[in-house]
Amino acid sequence: MADAQDYEKLATSNAQTVAQFADDDRGFVGRLQHRLHLTPSLVPLIVLVLAIIVFGILLGSKFFSPFALTLILQQVAIVGIVGAAQSLVILTAGIDLSVGAIMVLSSVVMGQFTFRYGLPVEVAVACGLLCGTLCGFINGWLVAVMKLPPFIVTLGMWQIILATNFLYSANETIRSQEIATEAPLLQFFGTTLTIGADEAGRGGANFTYGVIFLVALVLALTYVLRETAWGRHVYAVGDDPDAAELSGVRVKRTLISVYMLSGLICAFAGWALIGRIGSVSPTSGQLANIESITAVVIGGISLFGGRGSVLGMLFGALIVGVFTLGLRLLGADAQWTYLLIGLLIIAAVAVDQWIRRVSN
Amino acid sequence: MEPILKGRNLVKRYGKVTALDSCDFDLMPGEILAVIGDNGAGKSTLIKTISGAVIPDAGSIYIEGKEVKFTSPIQARAHGIETVYQTLAMSPALSIADNMFMGREIKKEGFMGTIFRQLDRKKMETLAREKLTELGLMTIQNINQAVETLSGGQRQGVAVARAAAFGSKVIILDEPTAALGVKESRKVLELIQDVKARGIPIILISHNMPHVFEVADRIHIHRLGKRLCVIDPKDYTMSDAVAFMTGAKEPPSEAVAA
Repeated sequence: MADAQDYEKLATSNAQTVAQFADDDRGFVGRLQHRLHLTPSLVPLIVLVLAIIVFGILLGSKFFSPFALTLILQQVAIVGIVGAAQSLVILTAGIDLSVGAIMVLSSVVMGQFTFRYGLPVEVAVACGLLCGTLCGFINGWLVAVMKLPPFIVTLGMWQIILATNFLYSANETIRSQEIATEAPLLQFFGTTLTIGADEAGRGGANFTYGVIFLVALVLALTYVLRETAWGRHVYAVGDDPDAAELSGVRVKRTLISVYMLSGLICAFAGWALIGRIGSVSPTSGQLANIESITAVVIGGISLFGGRGSVLGMLFGALIVGVFTLGLRLLGADAQWTYLLIGLLIIAAVAVDQWIRRVSN
Repeated sequence: MEPILKGRNLVKRYGKVTALDSCDFDLMPGEILAVIGDNGAGKSTLIKTISGAVIPDAGSIYIEGKEVKFTSPIQARAHGIETVYQTLAMSPALSIADNMFMGREIKKEGFMGTIFRQLDRKKMETLAREKLTELGLMTIQNINQAVETLSGGQRQGVAVARAAAFGSKVIILDEPTAALGVKESRKVLELIQDVKARGIPIILISHNMPHVFEVADRIHIHRLGKRLCVIDPKDYTMSDAVAFMTGAKEPPSEAVAA
């Protein structure tokens, strides 16, 4: 008996040494892979910092100024907010092609309710937010309860919502001056805080409320996803819905709530869109769904669900913004931007696959 | 003595396939009941009706004499029935602590918990660590490591620890030692005895006859979707049990009546 116990002790100590050898053998690349596996948003952050440094060297102060850098933030604000909504859905292993349409319809509802029906602007905004949430609920219900594939559901909803948007608005734009004089609240997110401008009001760091909202939203979602039970459930559902159900997660409820929250965030994006372009236009924001998916993928969120962070999505959106502005300032053809973004998307997915291999 | 868990005339069909054919089931307080049967005999379906993962087409389930109807695993858990599934039901990308507390997370006390709904990570991690230590799963160094980075045996250990930590009335173990090494299997068998010593009955589904005969108080033999007989492992040999289970031998009449 004593022999047997000695034998077991020996076995445990051996096992531990072997584990450590294996650890050392992985070397720098192995450790990097492990590190990235733990913090997936590190990849886009590194790319973002490198891009800023490279463009900073090439362009000098033209790029590396508070004005240019905050301009990037303003340009990515809408995509970033929609991207946050997209991130939530993609974390559940879904995809939402209707985000852009929900955004536009919500902004049209806000505008038309104010100007066509003469409702108080606060009420109109609330109706717009409700409209977005309702669209999200329909998506979520079809996905969770009817068990239809998210791709198909949101492809259909994209067309339905967009058509509704054109039919309802009669393709009519509400002009910026009208909004500014009669319902300035609609342009709330366009309000700009300027820090450090010169006497003529040029330059300096410009933060619109839209940008501040984006940052606050990303931080809030990061907290919710990481620190609350609901957030953990979102990841579990994306990882393996059957396992989540068996271990006590209300999968349907979680999915519906994710799509509803996504719709609500899109409606906020619609409100911010009015601030960004000044007017309410039913034809705006057509590329928001593709751009948001791009930001999510470059941000390292796995399209297979359950992995990644909203912070990564923000970095992804910023990378696109940095490339766009940087190449434009360099005088390059805009197509170069698309080409590079295409490369980044493929590289990001390749890195995602490589990181996943850590578990095998 | 009243069974703590009782199933009567349970029926479940999947299309034309009958998985449960008016099956009865009894679990006595404080016992270890093994369920054995050939592949496709309907063991898993039986277990899933009890754990709420499958809703039976007909029949009733009673806990301590009171009829219950489960439409989800969450309801079965609320009644103190905890299950370790063969598939383990864990989220690979989430940490051990996250998985152990999935669906019953502990929130922080006071303001941060009630208003911001923040989880009490520290408490969950400490509790998870305690449970793993009880099970002797010392090779897990980091309670925050993702479940996918664990070996098969370690994953199984975490799943068993989760059930043992929360099961208050019945614990169901579906093939708990199938993926485990000799040492880990031994730990799980010891744990089963520990849990029994605490007075909690266990349902053990296993193909491993030596394990079944070592720990079980009674053996429920399942064949063709129903309970063929219940035997006492002290009265029969392993080959008898296998013979009943495969239909090579008629079951004893007194065991059928039981």
